[in-house]
Amino acid sequence: MIMLGKLDWSAIPFDQPIPLGAALGVFLAAAAVLGWITVKGYWPYLWNEWISSVDHKRIGVMYIVLAMLMLLRGFIDAIMMRTQQVLAIHGPGYLPPEHYDQIFSAHGTIMIFFAAMPFMIGLMNFAVPLQLGIRDVAFPTLNSVSFWLTASGALLVNISLVIGEFARTGWLPYAPLSETTYSPGVGVDYYLWSIQISGVGTLLTGVNLVTTILKMRAPGMGYLRMPMFCWTSLASNLLIVAAFPILTATLAMLTLDRYLGFHFFTNGAGGNQMMFVNLIWAWGHPEVYILVLPAFGIFSEIFSTFSSKPLFGYRSMVAATMFICIVSFMVWLHHFFTMGAGADVNAAFGIATSVIAVGTGVKIYNWLFTMYGGRVRFDTPMLWALAFVTTFTVGGMTGVLLAVPPADFVLHNSLFLVAHFHNVIISGVLFGAFAGFTYWFPKAFGFRLHEGWGKAAFWVTLAGYMLVFVPLYIVGLLGMTRRLQHIDVDLWAPWLMVAAFGVLVMIAGAALQIMQLAVSIRHRDKLRDETGDPWDGRSLEWSTSSPPPVFNYARLPNVEDEEPYWSIKQRAREKRPDTDEGYEPIEMPRNSPTGFVTAFFSTLIGFALVWHIWWLAIVGFIGAYATFVVFAWRDHGDYEIPAEEVARIDEGRKAAQFAWLRRWERPA
Amino acid sequence: MSDHTLPGDFGAGTQTRDPYRLGHGSRNAVRSATGHGEGGPASKFVTVAYGFWIFLLSDIIIFSAFFAAYAVLAKATAGGSTGKDLFEPTRVAVQTGLLLTSSFTGGLATLATQRKSMAATQAWLLVTGLLGAAFLFLEVQEFAAMIGEQAGPSRSAFLSAFFALVGCHGTHVGLGLLWLGTMMAQVWVKGFRPDILRRLHCFGLFWHALDIIWVSIFTLVYLLGASP
Amino acid sequence: MESAKNVGPKDASSSGSVAEPVLLPSNSKPGRHLLWIPAAACLPGCAGGVLDPQGPIGSGNRTILLNSLAVMLVIVVPTLVALLAFAWKFRASNSNARYDPEFTYSGRIELIVWSIPTLTILFLGGLIYYGSHQLDPRKPIPSGQQPLDIQVVALDWKWLFLYPDQGVGAVNQLVIPAGVPVHFRLTSASVMNTFFVPQLGSMVYVMNGMQTELHLQADREGSFFGQSAHFSGDGFSDMNFSVSAVSADAFARWASSLRGGGGVLNADAYRELARQSTKVPPTTFGHVQPGLFDAVAQQTLPPGPGPAESAASGEPQVSPKALPAAAAPIAYHPQAERAE
Repeated sequence: MIMLGKLDWSAIPFDQPIPLGAALGVFLAAAAVLGWITVKGYWPYLWNEWISSVDHKRIGVMYIVLAMLMLLRGFIDAIMMRTQQVLAIHGPGYLPPEHYDQIFSAHGTIMIFFAAMPFMIGLMNFAVPLQLGIRDVAFPTLNSVSFWLTASGALLVNISLVIGEFARTGWLPYAPLSETTYSPGVGVDYYLWSIQISGVGTLLTGVNLVTTILKMRAPGMGYLRMPMFCWTSLASNLLIVAAFPILTATLAMLTLDRYLGFHFFTNGAGGNQMMFVNLIWAWGHPEVYILVLPAFGIFSEIFSTFSSKPLFGYRSMVAATMFICIVSFMVWLHHFFTMGAGADVNAAFGIATSVIAVGTGVKIYNWLFTMYGGRVRFDTPMLWALAFVTTFTVGGMTGVLLAVPPADFVLHNSLFLVAHFHNVIISGVLFGAFAGFTYWFPKAFGFRLHEGWGKAAFWVTLAGYMLVFVPLYIVGLLGMTRRLQHIDVDLWAPWLMVAAFGVLVMIAGAALQIMQLAVSIRHRDKLRDETGDPWDGRSLEWSTSSPPPVFNYARLPNVEDEEPYWSIKQRAREKRPDTDEGYEPIEMPRNSPTGFVTAFFSTLIGFALVWHIWWLAIVGFIGAYATFVVFAWRDHGDYEIPAEEVARIDEGRKAAQFAWLRRWERPA
Repeated sequence: MSDHTLPGDFGAGTQTRDPYRLGHGSRNAVRSATGHGEGGPASKFVTVAYGFWIFLLSDIIIFSAFFAAYAVLAKATAGGSTGKDLFEPTRVAVQTGLLLTSSFTGGLATLATQRKSMAATQAWLLVTGLLGAAFLFLEVQEFAAMIGEQAGPSRSAFLSAFFALVGCHGTHVGLGLLWLGTMMAQVWVKGFRPDILRRLHCFGLFWHALDIIWVSIFTLVYLLGASP
Repeated sequence: MESAKNVGPKDASSSGSVAEPVLLPSNSKPGRHLLWIPAAACLPGCAGGVLDPQGPIGSGNRTILLNSLAVMLVIVVPTLVALLAFAWKFRASNSNARYDPEFTYSGRIELIVWSIPTLTILFLGGLIYYGSHQLDPRKPIPSGQQPLDIQVVALDWKWLFLYPDQGVGAVNQLVIPAGVPVHFRLTSASVMNTFFVPQLGSMVYVMNGMQTELHLQADREGSFFGQSAHFSGDGFSDMNFSVSAVSADAFARWASSLRGGGGVLNADAYRELARQSTKVPPTTFGHVQPGLFDAVAQQTLPPGPGPAESAASGEPQVSPKALPAAAAPIAYHPQAERAE
């Protein structure tokens, strides 16, 4: 058994029906999907068009598919947590502590790292190059590597469901609980390696998008002509580049503690557990803004588009974004006011924290004034955006409340805190993701999502969300702390029951959303968007066809003002757009399986290191290195699309768009 | 992406005798791919070098975290050896000399690539690699000696932080050597192709960054640690 | 705590019986608010929330919390109303609303937009500064009474309370005199936990190898729910304890009854106690070896063993008595020391 390290049959939870059943279900579903793909003969298509694709749009879509799958997985964890707490009032419930602890740890880990992050990164990947008027990101193959590394991390987390266990330490493995003394199992190791692997992917995405935004814009697109989403993406990716290395280093220290007997955070030999808390939050707080800033950008686009007005106070918005970006590094201590720091330290960090709210407040007012004097259309993305501002403002307010140290002294780690961060993350990130998904879906696939089902899903989700988290605020004020596997206090029980009922409503919301997707795909011909501009958009992505050709733009657009596509449309009112420019051949990056193969080896490495199968880890490292050498050795990184082909593709787009633009000539 | 038709690539740097012109070109030069973005996407060379700079910055942040940990734990010797007991100034001075010299020879290799001289490029890259290997050898020797004296990383938090910080740098040097070897083979087989020159340029940046980090380690860990 | 509202009568010298204003379902007042603001103290096993404080610290916390909330509601409510009003007024189907796509910048509005949140935060910043100093957990509670010292050790997964002046100790049961300030010194035997009695106010982390401080006071007699508010492993959900605030006389009687009742807590007994266990019923110790707390805080007694069960890994047997000599330096005020 030396060959397999610590791995043996006892790793498989034969005695626990829930994980085993879930795993069996997932396994059967995956087998069914793979079988269906095989029978239909879709493998070559999948391999050529998706798995080995380096097209930023395809990678963006794959990120979002991954995020939605993981969102479902995390949601199932959430359902189990809420039902467990209701069933475990004065009783054991159906989940023993060692299982329940894994569930809330997995819920947080999955939702942040494998649902929210990929969703936002996917939307950025898809939309940023289009909005910048360019053909791809700066490093397309690296982009594919980033995605597949994220997928590899997600895979490892899900493997832990069947083989071994996941961490039982919460989504941030506070030392010394996460040290080998108190967590001798493989759970924390699964956490560490999956986060490290996907963290590398995230970091590379950050490098990629920062370079793209700063160095690869269409001619004429100065910084102050970039759409708001590009600005917030820039801020978010700068934060990734600056903050994720801290996470990598911190988890590396914990890994050294666990694997090689180091003493960074141990109880003995001078280790310092407070250093873990400080370091992890030095990453953790910027992470919150990494998630929410792109969402702010999405909402800015939506408010402007659906109010038929340019964004109000653009420069203020840019300033507020960068302000948040910088200040977010100066507030980490508010996550542990209760550690016993002095009053001055607490006061300084409390004030710094509430100062961030100024940036957010400015944004809220600017969105509000964007609607003022506009023609507001209540399509689904706009509904999400309005729900976002209303609920996020409340969540932000409770956040500032928690930034007041004496208030935090009684609310820290309570369900009030849980309600607060769900209130900002669901309102901000998840609503932003859904809004962006609905908004750009037609651009990605050429047909819109069904509005009726979308609105139904919106209202039901919003209601369920309120029903879950308002009671949690209250029960937090009643003193209930988080992560309780069973409850002995009668006072909390009714509120937990309301929250559990809210989860049922949210399940209905999720079902409606899945229905929306299914119905839309079924009726895609009716929902077809021929014009490329389904929402009467203002930024460049709407000027190309839906879905855009692989090269996005036959000619790079020449940007002359802040809302390039809007002004194209304005000019088209007055005269016909000039069509007689010639086409040139376009060089595009070739597909490459490098990302997929690297991720395959990194999964091997992660799995091997979790189980101490050292030879396999070495094989994995050699394989990953060899993959890179093979990639570096290739002679042709690009292929050329001949001018005639570009012309042929672009003529079709122009015909459709021209008809759309002529629409303006008729009313006069 | 699409800018292979633009004048330059690697040449964008060499012809203007300003190889580090990372976006500091003229604002008015529309379509000259100055890297400002207003003139359209920057040249591949600028993009790659810029991206690699960003990556290096993130790498330096990793080191900052290890430096911070070291600063916190420097006094946490748990009754074990202190830096003053363990550090050998001579060895560290030699290591510093080796690494700085290797950076210099790396620079000479860059000059050789600009002359398109295969022999000189390979020779200077080889010297760079050998100096780096010698550096690494001394470091491994130091680590082995310390572990032999019961002063391994599991002895105290101070030693954990020391081994992690210096070892992280050493790992970087080791990976740099692997990269260097691969690059030498590539230059040999493929010649001075633009993409290979870009990678060599990135390697140069990487190697210099390791120098900067080493100078910080030398000062903050060894000099401060050995002083009373 | 001059800011403290709801300061109850200081009836520490009144009758020895534990007078509990019992909240029974039968005599509960009608009204929905009853559930979340129970009128007074609670039955054992039930808890009032942080909005129902029973001491000056908790009242201070609540006052700051409600004041901050009020300050923010002053701008949040109008903002939300304006938001929904604008969205409705400027709906595309409303032909009465003026369409003004040129309205994209206004210096005056920008100024207002930046100043409203800034002014609010300035005001709130004052509140934060004031509150942080007023309610610093290390700040003693002004009182005519001599504070009672209690040492707290978080074990896997139970709470150990030591009364150094009385020489007694208890597990999962905290008895304090009402109306008397209590000075807690806290540490952990193993992993991080948080000591929290919602109705008494401020919580604080407990960490191995370190000690934190906390001052709390119960204004009147009653029984409160206490818990760990930081996840600490599988037995976390049972890491609860009951707090009984009793009269000073009753407290003295309780302590002396413990002393007569036996149960010795020395280093060996502590090691046994430090092993992981859950649902430990309240226990008492009539004699606690002096210096035990410091030995735990300074790690002269080894940290709790974790699930590896046997602590037989040859831990050095250090008697707590020998502690000052063998003491490793400890971080007394953990965070302040690192805050440079």
